[in-house]
Amino acid sequence: MKYLDEFRDLLRARRLLDDIKETTSRPCVIMEVCGGQTHAIVKNGIDRLLPDKIELVHGPGCPVCVTPLELIDKALAIASRPGVIFTSFGDMLRVPGSKKDLFTVKSEGGDVRMVYSPLDALRIARENPAKQVVFFGVGFETTAPLTAMAVWQAHQQQIDNFSMLVAHVLVPPAITALLNSPENRIQAFLAAGHVCTVMGWEEYIPIAEKYRVPIVVTGFEPIDILEGILMAVRQLEDGRAEVENQYARVVKREGNRPAQELIARVFQVTGRKWRGIGEFPQSGLVLRPEFEAHDAEKIFEIGQMRVEESPECISGLILQGLKKPHECGQFGSRCTPQNPLGATMVSSEGACAAYYAYHRHRTDHVEN
Amino acid sequence: MAKKIKPEDLTCPLPITEHDTIQLAHGSGGKMMTDLISRLFVWAFDNPALNKQDDQAVVEIGKQRLSFTTDSFVVDPIFFPGGDIGELAVYGTVNDICMNGARPLYLSVGMIIEEGMPLADLEKIVVSMKRAAEEAGVVIVTGDTKVVNKGKGDKLFINTAGIGILEHDYTISADQLRPGDKILLSGTIGDHGIAVLSKREGLSFETPVESDTCPLNSLVAQILKAGHVHAMRDPTRGGVAATLNEFAHASDVGIHIREDHIPVKPAVSGACEVLGLDLLYVANEGKLIAAVPPDKAEAVLRAMKSHPLGQDAAMIGEVTSEQPGMVSMTTRIGGRRIVDMPVAEQLPRIC
Repeated sequence: MKYLDEFRDLLRARRLLDDIKETTSRPCVIMEVCGGQTHAIVKNGIDRLLPDKIELVHGPGCPVCVTPLELIDKALAIASRPGVIFTSFGDMLRVPGSKKDLFTVKSEGGDVRMVYSPLDALRIARENPAKQVVFFGVGFETTAPLTAMAVWQAHQQQIDNFSMLVAHVLVPPAITALLNSPENRIQAFLAAGHVCTVMGWEEYIPIAEKYRVPIVVTGFEPIDILEGILMAVRQLEDGRAEVENQYARVVKREGNRPAQELIARVFQVTGRKWRGIGEFPQSGLVLRPEFEAHDAEKIFEIGQMRVEESPECISGLILQGLKKPHECGQFGSRCTPQNPLGATMVSSEGACAAYYAYHRHRTDHVEN
Repeated sequence: MAKKIKPEDLTCPLPITEHDTIQLAHGSGGKMMTDLISRLFVWAFDNPALNKQDDQAVVEIGKQRLSFTTDSFVVDPIFFPGGDIGELAVYGTVNDICMNGARPLYLSVGMIIEEGMPLADLEKIVVSMKRAAEEAGVVIVTGDTKVVNKGKGDKLFINTAGIGILEHDYTISADQLRPGDKILLSGTIGDHGIAVLSKREGLSFETPVESDTCPLNSLVAQILKAGHVHAMRDPTRGGVAATLNEFAHASDVGIHIREDHIPVKPAVSGACEVLGLDLLYVANEGKLIAAVPPDKAEAVLRAMKSHPLGQDAAMIGEVTSEQPGMVSMTTRIGGRRIVDMPVAEQLPRIC
């Protein structure tokens, strides 16, 4: 299939792996920021094809995993109310709050629906004027234009029974926070291709310059990831620290301007807590005051929730790349996809879930 | 500090998961359903025929071995591209009966109809069941009708049960796989799941995807003429991944497959990409997976390919003695991954 087969080609993969092996002269630690990339890496067995010198560290780029517990508990509280239709992307339904998840709320009689787009949620609102329809606005800059569009349309068309619980997060502040950490050991980043499709890659230039770290905007197919790794390794070997674009077939330097304008019109930047990691300044989005009528946090008076993470879950360390999933004592025993202690085990993009699904057992040699 | 990943260090016993109430995932064909079945139903009804946990039971009446099964159909929507709930209910049970090589003969049909369902729709479905039974060469000999209050059902639920006779004297069952067996797949995967999903979610593709629902008994007959097989199963809910895991678990063997050998229609694989679904877990309704002794594999594959329902058949892997109970796959780029039993329904990814 066009745009798919050529990026999963065995011969191209082998050539790239040979190039990577030849180029890599010393150990290096590379973080793939996006959970979609983590998933592609383990699903395709890429990590085990790489030379031992290269260590891939899985980054915090799984929006489901980093959504703070308080917001999930708020979602559960809203979804449990009579007269509410609570809509969400599928991933979010199995993420545990302090006590339960959205699936449990559904089995208790809550009207919880999975949608593929926030615009579907808007349609449900139009069709059910007597109900309050809430969408859980989760995701990085990738999904923000979609949710912004839904709020914008609701505002323009005066669909008063539509609101959004916003949990959007932003990538560059997270990368900066990781680089500022005294424990940081990441030498290069594969930046998330889809985030850059929307935002472009200019905002990464100051980061690469300030921290002397190569950043390669990378796609999601196996060949993309191998190319991204090769470009990052070449920079490290040459002593360069630049922003390069591996995913040029999709990502433009300036990104998608209309999408950026829409985000800026509907949302404003705010500090946000990342589940398991802590608060990063300027790392989240909230609705601007003029869209207050569609802000679920304002409409449903839930107040501040104070909740504590399971002390046994080390998802924070995993999302910062300081620990690997299997180094957690609970991994696969008390914590499984069926009964997750933390969000990294829940989302299919979460590092723990990816390890659990593809790497759990002892496996033998890699075929070449 | 993080160390280099050592996959050989990773082992993972599964805990017993307790829920106080039934979740949708308990019916998804994955681990939660398997747990429920073994810990409640098999525990309560405990007997040798049931305990094998094949898709059908083999029972003896006098000298005659019978293949007996039942299945309920709750698909939403009831009409989908390439079929409807009635046809599916006939073919689903016919296929379960014949996966041990039996010849399906008689079916029962139980209808649970929601008040207010248009009679015209019901007629359409019944006519489609009549046609399906004729096509499969089975007779619907008994039935039951119930109507439930509006809102207490979802238009129509159908239960079918059926019997067939075994005309050979060997055992075809999930616990019969042997190292060295070849894994054969009768055609492209994921068609049914994507067809139903696209209709339910109002998605459309340039090339419409149709359900592959069809009776597999004539294909099975053709296969058995070519040679003895160890196991057969139609990979419905939970897809190819669930069936292979059931095989590996029941026979205590490893199974290794190759991604590039698995036949798939471009539209289906594209839809999976768009929706963020893993093709190996998507449902099929007209395909079978067979584990065949190595010396018979070529002949069985030829027999499959010569049948209209097996034209795209392929040898996708083999049974090994390594890593018993586990399914692994060489990916298209030469990497290797585990193909795990699904936990519950797949959830589409955010981005």
